[in-house]
Amino acid sequence: MPEALSAPLVVEFPFTRSLGPVQSAFLTGLRERTVLGVRTADGKILVPPVEYDPVTAEELRELTGVATTGTVTTWAWNPAPRPAQPLATPFAWVLVRLDGADTALLHALDAPGPEAVHTGMRVRIRWAAERTGAITDIACFEPYGGDGTGQCAPHDGEFADPVTGIVTPARLDYRYTPGRAQSAYLDALSGQRIVGERCPSCHKVYVPPRGACPTCGVATTEQVEVGPRGTVTTFCIVNIKAKNLDIEVPYVYAHIALDGADLALHARIGGIPYDQVRMGLRVEPVWTEGGRHPDHYRPTGEPDADYDAYKELL
Amino acid sequence: MRDTAIVAFAQTDHVRHTDELSEVEMLMPVLHRVLDATGLKASDIGFTCSGSSDYLAGRAFSFTMALDGVGAYPPISESHVEMDGAWALYEAWVKIQTGQVDTALVYSYGKSSPGEVRDVLTRQLDPYYVGPLWPDSVALAALQARALIDAGDTDEAALAAIAHRSRAAAADNPHAQLRGPVPAGEYVVQPLRTGDCPPVGDGAAAVILAAGDTARALCPRPAWIRGIDHRIEAHSLGVRELTESPSTYLAATRAGVFERPVDTAELHAPFTSQEVVLRKALRLDDSVDVNPSGGALAANPVMAAGLIRLGEAAARIHRGESERALAHATSGPCLQQNLVAVLEGESAHVQ
Ligand SMILES: [Zn+2]
Repeated sequence: MPEALSAPLVVEFPFTRSLGPVQSAFLTGLRERTVLGVRTADGKILVPPVEYDPVTAEELRELTGVATTGTVTTWAWNPAPRPAQPLATPFAWVLVRLDGADTALLHALDAPGPEAVHTGMRVRIRWAAERTGAITDIACFEPYGGDGTGQCAPHDGEFADPVTGIVTPARLDYRYTPGRAQSAYLDALSGQRIVGERCPSCHKVYVPPRGACPTCGVATTEQVEVGPRGTVTTFCIVNIKAKNLDIEVPYVYAHIALDGADLALHARIGGIPYDQVRMGLRVEPVWTEGGRHPDHYRPTGEPDADYDAYKELL
Repeated sequence: MRDTAIVAFAQTDHVRHTDELSEVEMLMPVLHRVLDATGLKASDIGFTCSGSSDYLAGRAFSFTMALDGVGAYPPISESHVEMDGAWALYEAWVKIQTGQVDTALVYSYGKSSPGEVRDVLTRQLDPYYVGPLWPDSVALAALQARALIDAGDTDEAALAAIAHRSRAAAADNPHAQLRGPVPAGEYVVQPLRTGDCPPVGDGAAAVILAAGDTARALCPRPAWIRGIDHRIEAHSLGVRELTESPSTYLAATRAGVFERPVDTAELHAPFTSQEVVLRKALRLDDSVDVNPSGGALAANPVMAAGLIRLGEAAARIHRGESERALAHATSGPCLQQNLVAVLEGESAHVQ
């Protein structure tokens, strides 16, 4: 039993979202160092503003300016900031009710230590030097000695060049572990052998093995070497070149039932003109130096397999 | 309402790492255990519903791979929620209420070990105003804890006592990840210390639901679901009153919690401070045995820990240790969404 394999896995994507009219005004306002709230039917000012009333679901559109100073309503000291959090040095997470607002905004507070932070303390916005229309246009909050400045005034939410969407990069780092069955499969591949697993109940051999028989719902345990030769059960002709793939089109991508396997795997067919590939074609893997998988499969020259021999695997 | 019961429950041992197991390899033993307990075969099950999140382990469509463990081919009637399995159980309960099926298999699993769960959970937050700041799950819980302390609802010593009681209770739970004395530790995000936070780990759980006489045939003492409801609060943390949980109270009211006292409560409170909020919302006093399993502070396989609360409460009824138990599950930051169920043994069954 080989050791369980593991490899770094990075999942990274730009989270792209369009904004509604209230969100657009709020985030554009931040770019212009203006904080906007939205007024509910019962006269509350929500900051950050939302498009619909969280209680009544009524559409909200009446914007109003609020102050850039406010009061901490709760806080938590973060001694070890994590990647992508607002500050790289220890800081306090805070909910801040800006002067003129009735609800609180989540952000970071730059303070020397937890003893310098308390609920009810006065803070003000520290603006980011470069602002794009995002919540991160507020770099953080900082302690502030003054009273409320009462900048609460109606605002039409109109700005030149409004922000209509946001792109938030997101990256999560994982250590991928394929588990028992796939580790064994990958381990065999490194010796240029293809090893599936047999279901103890229905005796089907799955390649690549996923650890369970999807028909019987039991663990597959017995390892079975299959192939290396196999039969093309079905195929398609690829006419569009994939990005970062150095293969000339058209080429054939096929389902191949390796001898001894009860499930077809898929791979590219080479060594034969694309328009001569057919169902029943007998093929064998071609390994390249250092490759972790067969690079492609090529014809063996044997007579084609009878349809009856592979029809169950289609 | 159609009488429906939890008739079997199984869970894995919850551990920090399961590198040697894929998700389906981790899950399969608990599926087999609930089937064996009832004598059902996978093909006897009317409906299958699962809960999991691909973000945890970073594997797209991991729930389709997990379905291999059920024996899902030829195709079965199944569904999936990208939520804790407690909500999969709710969907299965609704399916049984429709009368279309008499039995359901519900399972959920979570492998937090491949990633950084504190960071992963930030991706469930409001993507406009909150997500870009990457506030991690401990930070958000700590803001709630501070609000509770400021309001005089608790203090750090009381929180430490909740941690201690939970891990002591888990001494009898062979599946728990943290048992016995656990030091309060350093602040992770002040005021929460390591002892106030759940362990990070991997695990899975499964239950079988059955209706009426089918349930009685499958289980000597079914855990009847007398009521179940789930409710959600506003998305924005700054709109919510973090020291209260009106959604839990409403769900509990609708589930019938307050009609008669419960003897047991399994609360899904991953952080000590959240137990304080839930006890208030559920009006629990010292007569109620809270989290005899140790709760999520003893084992918190994300996406399964809520279903495990329902399973643990049911198992107490199966064993005759409880007559009427409350089970609670939560989802989202600071107890944003809450599910409450009332389970009863046969003798307590009054129509
Ligand atoms: Zn099988």
